[in-house]
Amino acid sequence: MAESMHDTMVEREIDRRKMQVSEEVAIQITGMNKWFGMFHVLRDIDLTVHKGERIVICGPSGSGKSTLIRCINRLEEHQTGQIVVEGTELTSDLKNIDKIRSEVGMCFQHFNLFPHLTILENCTLAPIWVRKIPKREAEETAMHFLEKVKIPEQAEKYPGQLSGGQQQRVAIARSLCMRPRIMLFDEPTSALDPEMIKEVLDTMIELAEEGMTMLCVTHEMGFARQVANRVIFMDDGQIVEQNEPEEFFKNPKSDRTKLFLSQILGH
Amino acid sequence: MSDASFVRTEMLSEQDPPPTSVGVIGWLRANLFSNWWNAILTVLCLAAIWYVLSGLLGWTLRSVWNAGSLNECRDVMIANWGSTHGHACWGVINDRWLQLLFGFYPPELYYRPILAMLLLFAALAPVLFADKVPPKLLYVTAAYPFLMPWLMWGGSIWTPIGVAAGFVVAYLVGRKLGGTASGLVLGILSAVVWWMLWFGLPGQAETFDSGVGRVLVAGLGENLASISPDTAPFWLETVESRKFGGFMLSVLIGVVAIGCSLPLGILLALGRQSNMLIVKAICVGFIEFIRGVPLITLLFVASTLLNIFLPPGTNFDIILRVMIMVTLFAAAYMAEVIRGGLAGLPTGQYEGADSLGLNYWQAQRLIIMPQALKISIPGIVSTFIGIFKDTTLVSIIALLDPLGLSNSIRADTDWNGIYWELFAFIALMFFIACFGMSRYSMYLERKLKTEND
Repeated sequence: MAESMHDTMVEREIDRRKMQVSEEVAIQITGMNKWFGMFHVLRDIDLTVHKGERIVICGPSGSGKSTLIRCINRLEEHQTGQIVVEGTELTSDLKNIDKIRSEVGMCFQHFNLFPHLTILENCTLAPIWVRKIPKREAEETAMHFLEKVKIPEQAEKYPGQLSGGQQQRVAIARSLCMRPRIMLFDEPTSALDPEMIKEVLDTMIELAEEGMTMLCVTHEMGFARQVANRVIFMDDGQIVEQNEPEEFFKNPKSDRTKLFLSQILGH
Repeated sequence: MSDASFVRTEMLSEQDPPPTSVGVIGWLRANLFSNWWNAILTVLCLAAIWYVLSGLLGWTLRSVWNAGSLNECRDVMIANWGSTHGHACWGVINDRWLQLLFGFYPPELYYRPILAMLLLFAALAPVLFADKVPPKLLYVTAAYPFLMPWLMWGGSIWTPIGVAAGFVVAYLVGRKLGGTASGLVLGILSAVVWWMLWFGLPGQAETFDSGVGRVLVAGLGENLASISPDTAPFWLETVESRKFGGFMLSVLIGVVAIGCSLPLGILLALGRQSNMLIVKAICVGFIEFIRGVPLITLLFVASTLLNIFLPPGTNFDIILRVMIMVTLFAAAYMAEVIRGGLAGLPTGQYEGADSLGLNYWQAQRLIIMPQALKISIPGIVSTFIGIFKDTTLVSIIALLDPLGLSNSIRADTDWNGIYWELFAFIALMFFIACFGMSRYSMYLERKLKTEND
């Protein structure tokens, strides 16, 4: 059990000075339900995310964890209940949706970089077109964030010329260029080779150290233990258990959680 | 000492490969004479090629260039070679090439279609070779849709200026109301309506005393009709549509259809994927209907049936009607080609664009279309080539495209009975244009190829 937990753990000490959870609410989800056709994917989700929280969502595949975070920036539409992001309610009003999307950054399992644009263009596109920032300024911001994810030298290349880990870091930089208040990660390391997972996790840890509000669907339990302030376990479209990571891993309450943890950690 | 152990004491220097595996001999061996069977096939193929070429080249080269009629040609052939068989009579091309190029366009005004053609190259250059020509040429591109009809049909310069102004006004109004996209749509709609009014207005010979313009805005029609060569500056002598012909006509219809069908096809493809039920139904219905009907049928509708549906007395220009029909026909095919490109994009691209807050039109323009069109280039260019060749079908509704002209040339007693030379010339001209398009598409594909994708 301990072996596999340590293999992706972070060696360095984590700087927790800025990692404070404030009272301010970033995301408020109440009584939210979603169906795919007749299939009830998300059932009665209630979740309050405070500013500065780092939440890891885990659970078996098909449990609805990806769908949950995709609902937060309306990549999926919920049918009943309420989602309020940074004070704006998600309705079918396109203005609200575009506003929320520009406040909420998202990283995908398959990066979803734009292959016909260079790395730099990938990063400046949305600031220029959505935020209406002058090109020069957008490029300076982009280079700043590319340096932050440690690949400024790749700026002129195309996504196809980069490794998976580099692409995911570009995807993170691309989101950061929009200066989001919340970052969503949808299994950011699942499609990566083992030796590339660490470089992406390091980037995410740095982000956490700066106080970013983060929701992260991942199976990296080392990351959850070290960085998250709350771990949520989902199954069958509902939140089964949530707790601080220490408690969650040491004393899981529900049988379903115990079974899940023993399966992913105990081989 | 075991056999497994070995130490090299002397390094080998580099040597030339055997002469049978490199150079001309190596290439021949590898590609043409690799074994007995292939050697026999190679010889047979060469013999077949020689047989065809010797006949063709003999016919093409041992030919008569200077002759005023087919009979004169035959006399020369008999005098030179003792037989009329196996010799081309290029005299017909020599005699009628201007007609094959321009139809019955007044010869003293040939400079106008030539100028329009040169301007076409200038207008296309910034679109086709964006990285190699100064971007300022885009102004020519923008002005071309307004300049070209004025050059070709003549009339007052105020007409194209009026249409352009209408476009700009509608664009600005649309932009005020709902963003750049709706501005563009309104602007283009207004320009199209303007052109249709203009073509429907009196002053165009065929449409005298009638026209959509009269019906829709009677007063305006009267005013425009009263403009005459004496009162209007930059007046170009008007040329009636029925004098248009030859390759000029093919290129005219082809360029308009190609230029308009791409944007229309993109809109149709997007409409077909839309969540809006009615938009989707209209697009699917349109595409399936047009694709299910032969182009000739549509051309007949354009030439005859349309008059039944339009208000009595309306009779707008036949070339304009044909252009509209060919454009719609091409757009339906274009939409399906582009839909194929759209289907080839992973949904992640849409999600990536959405998650960054790009709106629908921004996502389409910046993310989706550049990739979808790139995938579709071979299909798009094939459709272009097909449409350009299909313009020869207008000969069926009595427009004098090169094929239609070849019939009327044969109707002349001088050239009665001449076929191959005319067809060969027409084929050559079409081949040059279509081969050019094909090569361009290959160039574009190579240029857009980014690594690993």
